[in-house]
Amino acid sequence: MQVDETDRRILRHLLADPGVATAVLADRAGVTAATCWRRLERLTTGGVIRAQEAVIDWRKLGYGVEVSLRFTLDKTHPRAFDEFLAAARDVPEVIGIETFLGRVDVRLNVIARDMAQYQDIYRARILTLPHIADIEALMLIATIKDESALPL
Amino acid sequence: MMDLDDTDRAFLRALSQDATHSAGELGRRLGLSQPAAWRRIRRLEEAGILAGRRVVVDRAALGFGVTVFLGVKLATKGRVSLEDFERAVGAIPEVQVVQHVLGMFDYRLRVVARDIADFERVLRRRIMTLPGIGQVEANVLLTEEQRPGPLGSVDV
Repeated sequence: MQVDETDRRILRHLLADPGVATAVLADRAGVTAATCWRRLERLTTGGVIRAQEAVIDWRKLGYGVEVSLRFTLDKTHPRAFDEFLAAARDVPEVIGIETFLGRVDVRLNVIARDMAQYQDIYRARILTLPHIADIEALMLIATIKDESALPL
Repeated sequence: MMDLDDTDRAFLRALSQDATHSAGELGRRLGLSQPAAWRRIRRLEEAGILAGRRVVVDRAALGFGVTVFLGVKLATKGRVSLEDFERAVGAIPEVQVVQHVLGMFDYRLRVVARDIADFERVLRRRIMTLPGIGQVEANVLLTEEQRPGPLGSVDV
């Protein structure tokens, strides 16, 4: 799909402020509301905008602990990735899964109500995942910046 | 802290997949009137549980083919202020996410670039010149997926 300068301008403003109303977005991007709406439709059906998702603040739901678990998998097993990922999807406290090219193979974002619950999840659900060669944990202290803006 | 019932959780699950659902649409699927559904959503927003929207785009289609996660260790802890580092790194347009973490790194960064050559430019000119920067580890993102999280399995 072709993305022109007007699309980019609309996307730049949308990514900078994702909750914005279409009329306001149109104003900021310097197009009419009808054009803006039509362009957003086209970008969505064309697959450039994949989804608009609500962000859940897990801390507000009592999940005070967030840990980034970085895994190296035993790649001698041909189905290591598939089986690991399928098992990780079954753990409710896993809120995000990423795969990488690098020293780390997979990262899981895990939340827990407190350290005691985290320890339970870690022992019962994480260490039992298949084909783990190594695990490193990074505990989240604070999120300084979290944007999906692109330097378009 | 707000107590959630199954209906609230179903709302959260549905909206975290598609935030463009209208209150009327969600209400119909859950057997609630439009005003009742609207009140539910409003309550979740007011409690801060629904904390805005995220637009997921096809970055490659927009010319950003590479996303890299960097683990960063500060070289001179104590001497460089964390605030200075955070301000400088947060101002880099290619850096989408900055997280202060505890473990083998001090910060996690999510960096977008047009291609590997562009990433190298960002790394050399912008990241490696940050105040107090030490060891950096890069992992190139291949796939990512958001999971619904611990919201039960009641679907709308």
